[in-house]
Amino acid sequence: MSVKENNKNPAETTVKEKKQLAVKLIPVHIMGKRYEVPEGLTIMKAMEYAGYRFIRGCGCRGGTCGACGTVYRKPGDYKLQVALACQKTVEPDMYVAQIPFFPANRAEYKFTELTSAPEEVFRLYPELFRCVACNACTKACPQGIEVMDAISALKQGNITEAARLSFDCIQCGLCTSRCLGELAQYHMFQLARRIYGARILSRAEHLAEMVKAVEEGEYEEALEKLKGMNEEELKRAYQEREVEPVSAGEDWKPKDKRYL
Amino acid sequence: MSYLGYPDFFEPHIRKVEATRPARVEKRKKGEEFPFMSLEERQEILKYHPDYKEEGRREIRVGASKGYRIAHEFVDLLEARSKVDPDKVSLSRHDYEADVLIIGGGGAATIAALIAEANGAQVLIATKLRHGDANSVMAEGGIQAATKPEKDSPYFHYLDVMGGGHFKNDADIVAALVKQAPDALRWLESLGVIFSKFPDGRLDAMHGGGTCRKRMHYCADLTGLEIMRTVRDEARNRANIRVLEFSPAVELILNEHGQVAGALLYNMETGEYLVAKARAVILATGGAGRLHVQGFMTTNHYGATADGIVLGYRVGVPLAFMHTVQYHPTGVVFPEQIEGWLITERFRAEGADILNAHGEKFVNEREPRDVESARFIKECLDGNGVPTPTGKVGVWLDSPMLDILHGEGRVRTAFVGKWKVYDRLGIDISRAPTLVYPTLHYQNGGLQDNAECETAVPGLYVAGEVTGGLHGENRLMGNSLMDIVVFGRIAGRNAAIFAREKAKDGGLTLEHVKRYHGELEEAGIVTDRVAPILLPDYARPEVKKKRLTVNYLETSM
Repeated sequence: MSVKENNKNPAETTVKEKKQLAVKLIPVHIMGKRYEVPEGLTIMKAMEYAGYRFIRGCGCRGGTCGACGTVYRKPGDYKLQVALACQKTVEPDMYVAQIPFFPANRAEYKFTELTSAPEEVFRLYPELFRCVACNACTKACPQGIEVMDAISALKQGNITEAARLSFDCIQCGLCTSRCLGELAQYHMFQLARRIYGARILSRAEHLAEMVKAVEEGEYEEALEKLKGMNEEELKRAYQEREVEPVSAGEDWKPKDKRYL
Repeated sequence: MSYLGYPDFFEPHIRKVEATRPARVEKRKKGEEFPFMSLEERQEILKYHPDYKEEGRREIRVGASKGYRIAHEFVDLLEARSKVDPDKVSLSRHDYEADVLIIGGGGAATIAALIAEANGAQVLIATKLRHGDANSVMAEGGIQAATKPEKDSPYFHYLDVMGGGHFKNDADIVAALVKQAPDALRWLESLGVIFSKFPDGRLDAMHGGGTCRKRMHYCADLTGLEIMRTVRDEARNRANIRVLEFSPAVELILNEHGQVAGALLYNMETGEYLVAKARAVILATGGAGRLHVQGFMTTNHYGATADGIVLGYRVGVPLAFMHTVQYHPTGVVFPEQIEGWLITERFRAEGADILNAHGEKFVNEREPRDVESARFIKECLDGNGVPTPTGKVGVWLDSPMLDILHGEGRVRTAFVGKWKVYDRLGIDISRAPTLVYPTLHYQNGGLQDNAECETAVPGLYVAGEVTGGLHGENRLMGNSLMDIVVFGRIAGRNAAIFAREKAKDGGLTLEHVKRYHGELEEAGIVTDRVAPILLPDYARPEVKKKRLTVNYLETSM
């Protein structure tokens, strides 16, 4: 058998194949309306199975963009829960509603004029101090971020801690939707992270050196040489290049220093 | 019952991985690696890559790249009609006006907006979903730049990019990338992007597939998210950048001088088509994973439907390198809820082994992506793949090794994004391996441009995944994020200059769309397909069959 004939992809999943799998249907209430969907699907896929074609409320489908914030409640339970529709698996009889947009307050600022003084954050977001430490934000976070702790850190002027705690924030806005004090936590954290990244974290000196070397034309000759090579010469240079070992430490240096 | 969070079905398979783990860890500690393939061996293995499947593609019968053989899914979009009847569109008035119109709302678009604005332009971003909803936000692994002069330089970065792309890449574009990469990184640092660093500020870096130096810089495993949310935040601070969300472009508009002079936008929520007039346009619409080329699952964002390719092709921009599509080697096969999702290459870069059903290594983990993917496919075709309960197959990525090699907690801290996704599904990937198979990931090629982001049509600039040339036939990890920064900046600057110095006033036209329709008819293509499709439709066939609306049902006030 030729390679071509053999070249079918064993992990391909077509719609047809999916249909053949035996599935158990469970009821879910999408914005109050009952549909039957296969168990094991995410809320997002269940809504599409029902026939929804998303315009809002759907983004990366991988839990990193924050487009699909969803609230849900299970039967017999007063408690409102939150999730990302692309991440949460449907449960029998759950009621789901999406929050594709939330009109949160965001301060405008000139970043170049900001320092790392906590007072700048207080000035831009005075409502920070309306936090009553109820912890509803933390409970609402689908990323498991300690939202209230990060807000407390910010109140104490600890920008570094707020940036660190909020690093995996996907800005879905669910915290804000539940906040008694009407804080837009995710915008505050964004400000904190930028201040931390640009004003608190040490700058990379070697990066600045490299930029200077490039600007001074240090690599022009080597690059021109590469651009002038035909495919065979390029292949040779490629195969001869020295490969830094994976296990090498930060102090590793190549033997061939001609093109550094 | 389950074993490490996996159904019992997997227990004997996982035990094979655990049995060989101690010896494999020892080898890693000694720096012993599975040998890399020679260039000749790579060519042999690539026969297993989906790009090499002739029945997967056909010739385009119209347009600037007529005769070019590319995937059916792309040809279907190019051999399709406009969403509108061009005769019905009134161009005598416009709804929006800007110096620079940017189509797309991801990293390349936003970065281009920042630089165009800094060059004095009034900028309008028109995007299909929310600002920032794009593949950029999903890039986990890192961003490549030669930043450490004592061991790396643009010379080596250039060679690596070329080797990954099979030496077919556009030399000028590659040279521009590697030269400007360090400054692009410094610019991001000044905007407040939090790179993973040593306490003294030195950038952490690691290998990626096909790199000869550790130059993959990163922000934990959320590099794209961190870059995207930072540049978007900056764009929101600039009064001269306006953003129209849920308003994709469906056609470019030319003027009587043959320059691009705007776009026809579609308000997806009201159904209106609106005219945006501009003195220069940047297309930065990203990729095409949602076309599911050859039936593959994808890692891509919901909006990745090749809109920019359709728009650019209709105004006469040729295609480059569209015959290759990137399949990321490590997409999730199980659990099915997250099927097709990306597991960053950094797991392999940090030393996690790839294993077959016998718990054996069969490939070096850092081959270029196309070679690595093709090798996985071969291993599974040879019967050495790990089966799943629903009849799929994959290979293991032994993530728990990282905790052993780099210290307890490594997976949980360095790969926090992915760890959480699995944790929600009951699997702790610092203790259990992950099952993976190649997944549709990146559009290597696209609209042809040059190192200045110029296209065949004056006034039209392109940046990011929609372009073709930088990555040749195969992109390396970490070069797409650098692509959007370097070329987003170049496109932004050049579009602003064009708007100021070269754009001429003149009547607007959609004649090119009529000509394109004429070409379709001449080629005998009778179709009711329209493009761009804007969004995929995942409703099941039973639902689609019952969607029987014949026309808009209008109501009067």
